[in-house]
Amino acid sequence: MPKQTSEIDHGRRRALKCMAWAGTGLAWTMAGGVPFTTGLVGGAQAAPVPVPVPATGLTFAQISDSHVGFDKPANPDALATLREAVAGIRGLPNQPAFVIHTGDISHLSRDEQFDAADQALKELGLPIFFVPGEHDVLDDGMGAAYLARYGKGPNGKALGAGWYSFDHGGVHFIALVNVLNLKAGGLGNLGEDQLAWLADDLRAVADSAPVVVFAHIPLWTVYPDWGWGTDDGARALGLLKRFGSVTVLNGHIHQILQKVEGNVAFHTARSTAFPQPAPGSAPSPGPMKLPADKLRGALGVTTVSYRPKSGPLAVVDATLA
Amino acid sequence: MKRRLAALLICAFVPVARAETVEIRIDNFTFSPAEVHVAPGTTVVWVNADDIPHAVAATDKSFRSKVLDTEERYSRTVAGPGTIEYFCSLHPHMTGRVIVDGGGGQAAGR
Repeated sequence: MPKQTSEIDHGRRRALKCMAWAGTGLAWTMAGGVPFTTGLVGGAQAAPVPVPVPATGLTFAQISDSHVGFDKPANPDALATLREAVAGIRGLPNQPAFVIHTGDISHLSRDEQFDAADQALKELGLPIFFVPGEHDVLDDGMGAAYLARYGKGPNGKALGAGWYSFDHGGVHFIALVNVLNLKAGGLGNLGEDQLAWLADDLRAVADSAPVVVFAHIPLWTVYPDWGWGTDDGARALGLLKRFGSVTVLNGHIHQILQKVEGNVAFHTARSTAFPQPAPGSAPSPGPMKLPADKLRGALGVTTVSYRPKSGPLAVVDATLA
Repeated sequence: MKRRLAALLICAFVPVARAETVEIRIDNFTFSPAEVHVAPGTTVVWVNADDIPHAVAATDKSFRSKVLDTEERYSRTVAGPGTIEYFCSLHPHMTGRVIVDGGGGQAAGR
């Protein structure tokens, strides 16, 4: 139905054009299978731009890269800013149905860091779906500590290194792990087992079902010189080609980047801990050190611009305000 | 010993060392020097000078350090001769090489 499609596109464009948020988490709303951001989180810095939320829509939030335990000059208290993100989500007028955390929950995979993060996240009072970041699999068991804590997934279904899928509100969600068995000189890695599982998992999903994929490291190649990409990410995306609406949500790079390619919309989320430089803009991707009064602004205020879905392959850089 | 090593590293433009200890700094997501020639029996020490943790892992999986937070170090005595290829297991685009060959060769590191 072309009319419906056009309405969706219009709504999406309008939402993306208007989109501005302050705070350290994002809230996503699904309408007609197309996600767009809604409202803002922790909105002390800027006025909210209200986006209508359909009564039947599904809203969920994304938190990423909380790095609990990080205490370097870029942010001496990463737990405090995570708490602020949590408080911001709790203050959303449209409460999300659940939260996804796209990895680097902890800074060094230490029990006390996971404990502190869990305590802070519990305040959400919402189900939280996790995927690990490379900072969450630093224990001697190379991810055993993460799996013991978060490996159940929804309904006890997490597999392998912690991947799983679930359905909510007509949307098929896929949680992927791309931070293990990394190879020298390489990028993020999904591996054969996970790709085989993904192919099998998608078999029962109708082409028309909106699909949301989330993983820590971007599944698309953002900036290989800094390791920002996934070696076999294209294979996962190949399996998703037949779906009409695919949204890929990642973290890892501590800034918002976005592109739309065909039916696939790619987004990376901000960190709740510290910003990282835009690709290639600094000698390394290390934490950006800002004056204390600038930190929350850098974490919290971003404008996202829109590129038409049919446009050329493009990465849209959001400035770190 | 440390002073002698430091002097050696500062004075030498090529990271060639006959000392018993050679330091490789991890700075700006780079192993520096990325390639070093050492004599058999040398202790190689990696020091993390970044604000982000790193880890040192042999490409052939023969060894792997614990995660190194800022200013933490990992040391390993190399027998050789031979070439040890390694990378950061958190940031695998970071790679380096220790060539155990008597320490007299020219380094081609970055």
